[in-house]
Amino acid sequence: MNKQEFTITVYTENHIGLLVRIATMFSRRKINIESLNTSPSEEEGIHRFTIVINEFEEVVRKLARQIEKQVEVLKAYYNTNDEIVWQELALYKVSTDEIAEKVTVERLLREHGARAVVIRKDYTIFETSGHREETDKLVNVLAPYGLIEFVRSARVAIIKASHGFHEKLREFEEAMPGEEQVENEFLDKQDSVFTM
Amino acid sequence: METLVAKKETTATKQTQTINGSQAVLEAFVAEGVDTIFGYPGGAIMPIYDALYDYHDKLKHILVRHEQGGIHAGQGYARASGKVGVVFGTSGPGATNLVTGLADAMIDSTPLVCITGQVFAHLLGTDAFQEIDVINITTPVTKWNYQVTDATEIPAVLAKAFYIARTGRPGPVLIDITKNAQLQQFEYDGYTPCTHIRSYRPKPIVRKEYVAEAAELINKAERPFIIFGQGVILGKAEKEFKAFIEKAGIPAAWTVMGLSALETDHPLNVGMLGMHGNYGPNVLTNECDVLIAIGMRFDDRVTGRLDKYAKQAKVVHLDIDPSEIDKNVKATVGVWGDCKETLPLLTKLVEAKQHTAWLNKFKEYMDEEVTEVIHDELNPTTEVMTMGEVIRNLNELTQGNAIIVTDVGQHQMVACRYAKFNQSKSNITSGGLGTMGFGLPAAIGAKFGAPDRQVITIIGDGGFQMTLQELGTIMQNEVDVKILILNNQFLGMVRQWQQLFMDKRYSFVDIASPDYVTLAKAYGIEGQRVSQREILNDALSTMLHHKGSYLLEVMVGKENNVFPMVPQGCSVSEIRLK
Repeated sequence: MNKQEFTITVYTENHIGLLVRIATMFSRRKINIESLNTSPSEEEGIHRFTIVINEFEEVVRKLARQIEKQVEVLKAYYNTNDEIVWQELALYKVSTDEIAEKVTVERLLREHGARAVVIRKDYTIFETSGHREETDKLVNVLAPYGLIEFVRSARVAIIKASHGFHEKLREFEEAMPGEEQVENEFLDKQDSVFTM
Repeated sequence: METLVAKKETTATKQTQTINGSQAVLEAFVAEGVDTIFGYPGGAIMPIYDALYDYHDKLKHILVRHEQGGIHAGQGYARASGKVGVVFGTSGPGATNLVTGLADAMIDSTPLVCITGQVFAHLLGTDAFQEIDVINITTPVTKWNYQVTDATEIPAVLAKAFYIARTGRPGPVLIDITKNAQLQQFEYDGYTPCTHIRSYRPKPIVRKEYVAEAAELINKAERPFIIFGQGVILGKAEKEFKAFIEKAGIPAAWTVMGLSALETDHPLNVGMLGMHGNYGPNVLTNECDVLIAIGMRFDDRVTGRLDKYAKQAKVVHLDIDPSEIDKNVKATVGVWGDCKETLPLLTKLVEAKQHTAWLNKFKEYMDEEVTEVIHDELNPTTEVMTMGEVIRNLNELTQGNAIIVTDVGQHQMVACRYAKFNQSKSNITSGGLGTMGFGLPAAIGAKFGAPDRQVITIIGDGGFQMTLQELGTIMQNEVDVKILILNNQFLGMVRQWQQLFMDKRYSFVDIASPDYVTLAKAYGIEGQRVSQREILNDALSTMLHHKGSYLLEVMVGKENNVFPMVPQGCSVSEIRLK
């Protein structure tokens, strides 16, 4: 088995300091994080980390368990690229004069699915989203015309087989099996209990 | 079981009272049944110490001499009592001094709640006096940590802290409380213990199909072998464990952390695993057909070279921490759960058996080890004394009833190998982290955790000099701890490696000692130094019968080695007897 790209999806409480706790899981094992995105999820109060690393499956599996062990982590999934649908967003700033004179903007937009976000006298900003190869392609195309600035977002990914986190969350909110169900004060009063 | 909902109703009828954050901390302690706090005051934790002034009838505070001593004492307390150890430290250096103990407690799964003071919330991030980012410093070495900046959070956060520290696989929790929160007055409506956190599953529902699979493997086994760790002690499952091994008739060997969970004289107790463990358990790990690991984590000091570890065996792994299953050794059957629950289920399904021939193999290896190593270690003919004979003499006097707290190094391995134990929670040592300087402060804590028991700490001359300031704590609090220093005038374990693997290039392992007996006297502690065998037993007896603390320094052979030994990078079956 070779190293390959894995996307780790971590559902967590939205608490301060959790980013560090999760990041140290990787840095401690000298694993480079290729991309990291934090965002809300479909469940209110539940945060979602999307982390991309290049590793052996064995390492990723152990890592996911270590992450899931953290008190404020609800669940950590890991998936290969076949198992997810993902996108990255890229922004490109180019000189308006340059492209107006030298390229057919229309063709550029059509071929790369790009969108002009801002058009000013001095510069124009395009936006595309897609896989890295796709966003990189437009970088190459624009490079000869003096790409002033380029930025790409972290990966956001949806697991194809996932049914969302709602059911899972209900399970977590249940008390330990065998014991009577108890009301969850941290869920019910979360904001009042944990507000800095 | 009373539900949280019901509790809430009762607290709702209760009248609220105005208290400050510091009082809320101490109220939480009282509600959680805390009796002893180990700590050291400082600027940022002064409001809590001020509140403590009025709680002296409910909470005992032991003033240590260094925060590291405080946290090791908390660990010793937790390990001897099975309860959560509680530690106070101030901000800045007070907090950073706790880090070693946190790391030690983390790797050895010791339940602790540490409270650190912090600068006022409005000063956070300004490099204020004694400000340190303790949350980020301690994140990798705590099971959970949290910074409180508002006093109203304190009851719920403390409840969560105690719950997390003691449940599941236990561990240290650190709560950092800013000074303004300690001082802030708020309406307190009582303390509600935490019983559930949605993102935290301390233990799972036991999956009976896995237990059945494990039982089937065990029933089919001809040469089954049990290896157990501290999980048995932490799970308070000593009885369940014994019932299991006795019914199944399976030989059981322990990790250093599992020592004392099963009495050393039990006929199925075949000894110690790992680098300096017994001959049979190491060699036969690679001959058993089913290896049953209970509450242990296959540390590298136990497994030696992993790719040559128990490759022939099917592995059953019982653990409460799912991330341990398959981490180092791939389990054929992993049984995730609290061994207090899984062991009785397994006992029910296993057939009553006696593996006499297999057990005899362990005895044969033990006989060889006795001839080659143990006999001479315990009954040396050399002029100088050995560490082993000191432990043998000690065993005769304690009859295995004492708590033995060790430091780290050669004496630790010798003590673990030879000390006798009749009851659980009697072996307290720094296993995973190997923290020199652990012994003396941990012994102080152990005495508070088990005040009716004899506490003996065995320490090397190196480790003792790391935390000997805690003699002051012993003096001031009149703690009855027997200190047994085994002095070989070397940092012995490192010297042993230098001798065996680095051509005897003794690089900075020659360590000088002060006059320990005089030093102890300065602290009002009686003591004696012994270098002759003839008076060793009397000296040990004097120490044990002395009223109050006592220091006994025994001079042992300078260049003695601990054997057997699995050299680093070797397989357990390549264990060396000399």
